[in-house]
Amino acid sequence: MNSYVPILFMLGLGFAFAALSVFTSLVVGPKRYNRAKLEAYECGIQPTPHAAGGGRVPIKYYLTAMLFIIFDIESIFLYPFAVAFNKLGLFALVEMVLFILTVFIAYAYVWRRGGLEWD
Amino acid sequence: MSFVTAYGVAAALPMENPTADFSDTPWWVALIKAVGVFVYLLISTLLVIWFERRVIGRMQQRPGPNRNGPFGLLQTLADGMKSMLKEDITPANAEKFIYTLAPLIAATMAFVSFAIIPLGGTVSMFGHETPLQVTDVPIAVLLVLAVASVGVYGIILAGWSSGSTYPLLGGLRSTAQVISYEIAMGLSLVAIFLYSGSMSTSAIVSAQSSLWYILPAFFSFAVYVITMVGETNRLPFDLAEGEGELTGGFHTEYSSMRFAMFFLGEYVNMFTVSALATTLFLGGPQAPPLISAINDNMFGGGWWGLLWFTLKLWVFMFIFVWLRGSLPRVRYDQFMRFGWKFLIPITLAWVVAVAFIRGAQLGFLGDSKLTFAGRELSVATVVIVSIVAVIALAAAWIWDDKRAAKAAAEDEAPPEEIDPFEGGYPVPPLPGQRLAEPGPRISATREPVLSTASTTSATSTFAKEEDHG
Repeated sequence: MNSYVPILFMLGLGFAFAALSVFTSLVVGPKRYNRAKLEAYECGIQPTPHAAGGGRVPIKYYLTAMLFIIFDIESIFLYPFAVAFNKLGLFALVEMVLFILTVFIAYAYVWRRGGLEWD
Repeated sequence: MSFVTAYGVAAALPMENPTADFSDTPWWVALIKAVGVFVYLLISTLLVIWFERRVIGRMQQRPGPNRNGPFGLLQTLADGMKSMLKEDITPANAEKFIYTLAPLIAATMAFVSFAIIPLGGTVSMFGHETPLQVTDVPIAVLLVLAVASVGVYGIILAGWSSGSTYPLLGGLRSTAQVISYEIAMGLSLVAIFLYSGSMSTSAIVSAQSSLWYILPAFFSFAVYVITMVGETNRLPFDLAEGEGELTGGFHTEYSSMRFAMFFLGEYVNMFTVSALATTLFLGGPQAPPLISAINDNMFGGGWWGLLWFTLKLWVFMFIFVWLRGSLPRVRYDQFMRFGWKFLIPITLAWVVAVAFIRGAQLGFLGDSKLTFAGRELSVATVVIVSIVAVIALAAAWIWDDKRAAKAAAEDEAPPEEIDPFEGGYPVPPLPGQRLAEPGPRISATREPVLSTASTTSATSTFAKEEDHG
């Protein structure tokens, strides 16, 4: 048996449990219509017709997401090197220092340009 | 795998740490183990919510829930039942399909990672010799990070699909928080892979049989523990749910069982990150050092592993509760600054340091040895460790110096006399300060009002106030 298959077992169990619980509460829970209940919750004041900014995402989160992708991929690239460190020898050490140096340059650039500031 | 073959494999590949052997595990045994792990997680979640409320209660000089069942143990079950019998509300503004999907993603993904956590040694189960672990894959730890990233979709989709302001902002904050701390978390694990030479969890556990990685990778452990609190949105990093600012965060609009699914997901995630910490830093299901010495490790391996694993897991759960009981919430910009500007660069530097130490240990930097106190040490290791220690000391010194300078600047004696209304707001005097006599400024601003106040202006002021009300 493929060693990845049991992961799907866990996935299936988790999903079945979650779906069943939500479905059960839909069946056994009460249903009483009330217009105010279906409005967005804003601590009791008259709710705005839609979410802040028309429900769109502020641009600074986009920046955070881009930086995340860049640095997360860079940290993932370190994994195969770390696992094969024993076999690669001194070559791995030199290569890794060079790689982390380039990451550091990108990081310093982002810092310098204010990409890590949060107001 | 018999002992002889295991030894043979280990002798042939001295660098490789043996992984758990799943050759005698048919699919139905794996399914039974998966169900077992699932039930283990559900019961642990029920217990930990009770545990958290009781411990927090003790920390705050009150008893905590103690009515339902012995010691209130059934409180969580009762809460779960109650939330199931509540109305499931979908707001009119919500994107119906995604609004339903989001809690399912959050709850499902929380369970997946536990499939690769080793819970114990090899046991006999229905006539099959199988490790107490659902499965193990060569990239197990990477899988945990990947699943955590997919779990973030539950948060962002819930926040966006609610069609409401607070959930949108809370979901975005929560997402930004989780992904920011995932980088530092991922980097802190590199040191473990450097030591173990594998990403398989069972190989990492067996590599720790002589020394738990909490010692050689202590800094990674510290970074991991900080980031795991950030990852799970727990106090002091529960910014997405800052009640004063965002009510409930991304799950504000959710009710009934869909809300309970987010709640369940959060607690199972706490168990997942704690289990990963146990596996990577505390030797997983291995018996603690003193106990493993008793009678040739008679309390280690097999089902005993489950006991040690559970104990170590609950140490982390206690740390979570302890943090919640003692620390206030940090500000969002402080949180992001700490993650991006402190944890990431310092973890990168630590990875370089560990790589050099590891390279010296493996003899990449020369083979010369020296004997110290009867032990042979590689010269390169000693040199590298000293360099790292000197750099760390220098950094600590500079940091301490800066902090002292800052504290000295703040300590400058405050003026003896203050005007309490100087900034427009009343400010109480510090100890040793004297209040200035009310200057002419205050009476000067008041006098014209008093002198020109007529009946008409007074009524108009009142009318205005009523408009505002």
